[in-house]
Amino acid sequence: MTFELEKRTSRDIYGDLMLDLAREDPDVVGVTGDSQMMMRMTKMAAEFPDRVFNVGIAEQNAMDMAAGLAAAGLKPFVAGFAPFMTMRACEQLRTFICYPNLNVNVVGGMGALSASTEGVTHMGLEDIGIVRTFPHMVAAAPADAESAYVIGRELYKYAGPTYMKIFKGAVYKVFDRSTYKFEIGKANLLREGTDVTIIANGPLVALSMLACEELAGMGINARLLEMPCVKPIDREAIVAAARDTGLIVTAEDHQIYCGLGSAVTEVLCDEYPVPCVRMGVQDTFAESGDHYDLLKKYGLGTDSIVATVAEAVKTKKK
Amino acid sequence: MLTAKKINELERMACQMRMDVVQMGPRSGNVPHIAPAFSCADIVSALYFHFLNVRPEEPRWDERDRFVISKGHGALCVYSALAHRGFFPVDELWKVKQAGAMLQGHPDMKKIPGIDATTGSLGNGISFALGIAAGMRLKGRTGKVYCLLGDGEAQEGIVWEAAMYAAAKKMDNFITILDYNHLQGSGRVDDIIDMEPLPDCWKRFGWRVLEINGNDMREICSALEQAQVFHGGPTLIVAHTIKGKGVSFMEDNNDWHSKQVTDEQCAAAMAELEAQYRALEAEQA
Repeated sequence: MTFELEKRTSRDIYGDLMLDLAREDPDVVGVTGDSQMMMRMTKMAAEFPDRVFNVGIAEQNAMDMAAGLAAAGLKPFVAGFAPFMTMRACEQLRTFICYPNLNVNVVGGMGALSASTEGVTHMGLEDIGIVRTFPHMVAAAPADAESAYVIGRELYKYAGPTYMKIFKGAVYKVFDRSTYKFEIGKANLLREGTDVTIIANGPLVALSMLACEELAGMGINARLLEMPCVKPIDREAIVAAARDTGLIVTAEDHQIYCGLGSAVTEVLCDEYPVPCVRMGVQDTFAESGDHYDLLKKYGLGTDSIVATVAEAVKTKKK
Repeated sequence: MLTAKKINELERMACQMRMDVVQMGPRSGNVPHIAPAFSCADIVSALYFHFLNVRPEEPRWDERDRFVISKGHGALCVYSALAHRGFFPVDELWKVKQAGAMLQGHPDMKKIPGIDATTGSLGNGISFALGIAAGMRLKGRTGKVYCLLGDGEAQEGIVWEAAMYAAAKKMDNFITILDYNHLQGSGRVDDIIDMEPLPDCWKRFGWRVLEINGNDMREICSALEQAQVFHGGPTLIVAHTIKGKGVSFMEDNNDWHSKQVTDEQCAAAMAELEAQYRALEAEQA
């Protein structure tokens, strides 16, 4: 099994999605804090100049104005870099979008280590963890650009607040939009297995698929669940995995706190406690560099997944 | 130009709202923000009982004007106005902020009929209101969006983000009224961060700026009439007000920012307000 990097990034595909939705639905509008070009909303802005609101470098105003636009009956998509969407404008997202349960879709670019050469200031390593604590919110972390298109479309149909993180550059292409399925609150079973279940999202999906292959060669039969929707999370799939395989490893391009791993362990703790090893950025700020180099450096490369899973299975068997 | 009779009616309603606000504390058992509601009661009365095109029987009517109280802690007078305008029964006022009650500590657009924006976290209301104005303009709606902004609140950076945007995009369906009472939670605005020259700054951004006595009903109505018909950009009405206006011992006294009245204080305040109300009735007769 090999993967190739996408020819068009998730930002490019997001630009396509915005143009498609804008053509289909006159109520769809874009809001950016000067990220119109960076988030590829230029095509939509060219065709529908009065429907893309560039408020200047003012993310808080962008978020509150999006809330107001939704209150006026429109369906805004606010796009910017993940840390600015979820931290600079955090309160606006919580209090003025989630609390009144307004129909606003927020898209965070530069998701996690994909901010790569931009460095820590632009990395949304905490984004999912932050938005996950807000009632009404749906939070998603797609594995690649093609699935981001499908997920973005489904989130558009949800009449409440959503957050989707996408990437700066190309990641390994895993899915195809014509066959990819996304349902809010549902995991995708990518590989059946009995010894352990790997639950992954974002770029860790491709890397976990590669790891599963290597693990199979070592006699370890791993189940792989893609968990693109972190909130609401697929409790049923997690409990079934715990019951069937007795061991879980989570893998995410996110700070180790509050993200996918935390969400999975919350379910295990509530419903079916089994050992769980969480892989993510281990309570540290990262640095500038190529996205995949950084994943490797922070213990999230395929080799690390293989080693972590193999060790966990060994411990389980004791 | 409004008739003397209408002005008197709006003044009486402002007085009624102040009487309601004084009683909400003791009747609900919860600590009220009295003085911040008093400074803007005259403005809120003019809006709800003359200028706002709203339908109490259809609070979400698409063509309505919108009102956003960005200084959400001034909400008690808005709650009173909404009740008397028929959005919900007056009895709700006496349960304000109680668990299970409709009226929340700060305005909630999902729980309270007639509230157009959730506010309370300062600075955000003006930006939210601006988003509504942008959406209404895009949808070709003719209604106006009115936003009441506190002066201390204008220290928030987001207020300036919104002010720059509104002017740059010539949002002429957007009217902001600055409740310039010179007091904020911990003291005098002028001592903490002097907001001058806010009116000049906004004028230079491109706002049309009007300055009035914000506790004078004739001046309030005259300014709102001018703002309604102005085209080409947003209007800022700088309303010079007195925090606690209407009750002598509360006027310009920041102890009453957020405080419960004793039975004696409640009686004294009500006596003053009832006297004002009777004087307005006599004036009309």
